Amino acid sequence: MALSKLSNLYRQVIMDHAKHPHNNQPLPQADHEIELRNPTCGDVLTVQLKIQDDKIIDVAYTGTGCTISQASASMMTDQIKGKTTAEVEKMVLGFSDMVLGKEVPDMERLLGEAAILQSVAQFPARIKCATLAWKAAYQAIEESENDD
Amino acid sequence: MDKKMNDLLEDFPILKEMINDEKLVYLDNAATTQKPKQVLDTIRYYYEHDNANVHRGVHTLAERATKQYEQVREKVVNFIGGNDPHEVVYTKGTTEALNWVAAGYGATHVHAGDEIVVSYMEHHSNIVPWQQLAAKVGAKLKYITLTADGQLDLESAKHVITDKTVLVSLCHASNVLGVVNPIKEVAQLAHQHGAIMVVDGAQAVPHMRVNVQKLGADFYAFSGHKMLGPTGIGVLWGKKELLAGMRPLEFGGEMIANVGLYHTDFKEPPYKFEGGTQNIAGVVGLGAAIDYLTEVGLDNVTAHEKSLSKYVLPKLQKIPGIEIYGPSDPDIRTGVLSFNLTGIHPHDLASALDMDGVAVRAGHHCAQPLMKYLGVGATARASFYLYNTKADADLFINAILEAKEFFSNGSF
Repeated sequence: MALSKLSNLYRQVIMDHAKHPHNNQPLPQADHEIELRNPTCGDVLTVQLKIQDDKIIDVAYTGTGCTISQASASMMTDQIKGKTTAEVEKMVLGFSDMVLGKEVPDMERLLGEAAILQSVAQFPARIKCATLAWKAAYQAIEESENDD
Repeated sequence: MDKKMNDLLEDFPILKEMINDEKLVYLDNAATTQKPKQVLDTIRYYYEHDNANVHRGVHTLAERATKQYEQVREKVVNFIGGNDPHEVVYTKGTTEALNWVAAGYGATHVHAGDEIVVSYMEHHSNIVPWQQLAAKVGAKLKYITLTADGQLDLESAKHVITDKTVLVSLCHASNVLGVVNPIKEVAQLAHQHGAIMVVDGAQAVPHMRVNVQKLGADFYAFSGHKMLGPTGIGVLWGKKELLAGMRPLEFGGEMIANVGLYHTDFKEPPYKFEGGTQNIAGVVGLGAAIDYLTEVGLDNVTAHEKSLSKYVLPKLQKIPGIEIYGPSDPDIRTGVLSFNLTGIHPHDLASALDMDGVAVRAGHHCAQPLMKYLGVGATARASFYLYNTKADADLFINAILEAKEFFSNGSF
C-alpha cells in the first residue's frame, strides 16, 4: 500500500501530540506573543511566552491546524520550557535545518522528542506546517530582546 | 467524447508519470492544467522555425512571428464570442488583467464615494485589486452574499448594486464552490445602474462555451495555463471604448506611437497595453490550446466534466463525515469539488492522497473571505478536466477511504 510511506510522517507519537496537544491554551501571564499564519492553508497559530531573566518560564499556544503543525507546536512548547532564550534560538535554527534535511549535530539532544519530526524532510510540502510554531517562538524571543 | 478518450489521453505525456510509485491522478486542474503534445510541439516549432520579435523587423522571420501573434488574437476573439481582435489584450494571466482594469481603468473612472461590488466567492485576484483601488480613490467595496448552498444570491445582488455602483466584478465560475454565476443577469443589473461588468473567467473559459457579448461583459479576463496552454499568458478582453479610456501600465518599447523628449503618444488598443517584448511563444501556445479545445469541442468538455461530477459526487456524498461545499445537485455543478472530512485536516488528507498518486489542492484556494464565510480554515479540492476518467474518480474515492482509515484507525 502506498500509504506505508505516510507512516514515516505520521508516527504514533506525532499523532498523540496532535490529538492531545500539550500547552494548548491561552497563557494569561504571558509577556510576549506572536501570531503567525501559514499562508498556504490559512492556519493561524499564536505562541505566548513568559520570559524572565532570559529564560522561558512558561509557554503555550492556541490555534488550529493540521496534524503536523499541531504536533510540532505541542512538542515545541514541551521542549523550550525552562530553556534560555539563547538555547531556544539555537533549537529553532536546528529544527529548521533538520526539516530541510540538513545535518544537525547532536540533534536528539538539542531537540529532544521533537527530533522525530525529522521525517518531515521527506515531505517538502509540509515543512511550513512543521516550522510555524518554532518560527513564532523565535520571533517572540527576538521581540523580547528588542524590548531590552 | 468517450470514444476519443483513449486518443486524447495519449496527447498528455505527463499523465503517464508515476507519483510515489502510483500512476498520477491529476485532480488539481483548477490550479493549472496539463499541456497536450500539440501545444508543446507548437511552442517548440515556433522557437525552432519562426522565432523573432514582433511588430519590429522588416525581415521574414519577424513577419512570420508577427503574423502568428496577431492570428492568435483572432482565434481568441472567436473563441470567446467577441467580434474585434483589437479588443483582445495579451496579459500575463487573469491576475494581471484584473489588476490592469483596476489600476488602468478604475483609477480614472472610479471616484470617492463610488461603489465597487464583488461577491463572497471571489479569488483574491478579484478582491485585492479592488481593495487597493477603493483605498486609493476613497470608494466603497461591497460584497454580494451567497445562498445557503453556495450560489450567488441574486436577491442580494439587487440590494448591493445601487446607483452609486460604478463597477461590478464577479467570477464566471467559482474556483471553490463549483458553481457558474448568472453573469448575464448581474450584468443587466449593473448596466441598469450605469455600472460596468467585469468578469473573472479563469475557471469558465477552459470548461464551457463563453460568449462575452451575450453575457453582457464589459471586461473579461482569463488565463492560458488553466486551459491547456502555457503559463505566463492570459487575456483581457474589453470593449473598444473602454479600452480606449484605459491607461496603459507598462511604458516602453512597442506601445508608443511617437516619443518626444517630454511627451509620448501611445498606440491604439490593444497595442498601447503591450509594452516591451511580449510572451510571444506563450501567445503561440495559447493559440494551440484554443485549437485543441475547439477540436475536442467545448460542449463535449462541459458534458464530460458534468458526467464525471455526476459519477463522483454521489460517491463522495456517501463518505461518512464529509462536508461538500456548494450545491448538492450535480446538474448545476462544474468539475470543481471542495470538501472536508471530519477530524482530518485537508493538508493531512492531501499528503495521504499524494502517496496514492492523487494530486488535489488543500488550503484556502486564494479565497480567504470565502473560507471565513463558510466558517472553515481550509478545504481539500479536487478539480476534474477533459482528460480525467471514471477510473481517476474511482482512484480518488478509494484514496480518500484509505486516508480516512489511516487517520481514524491509526494504521501506523
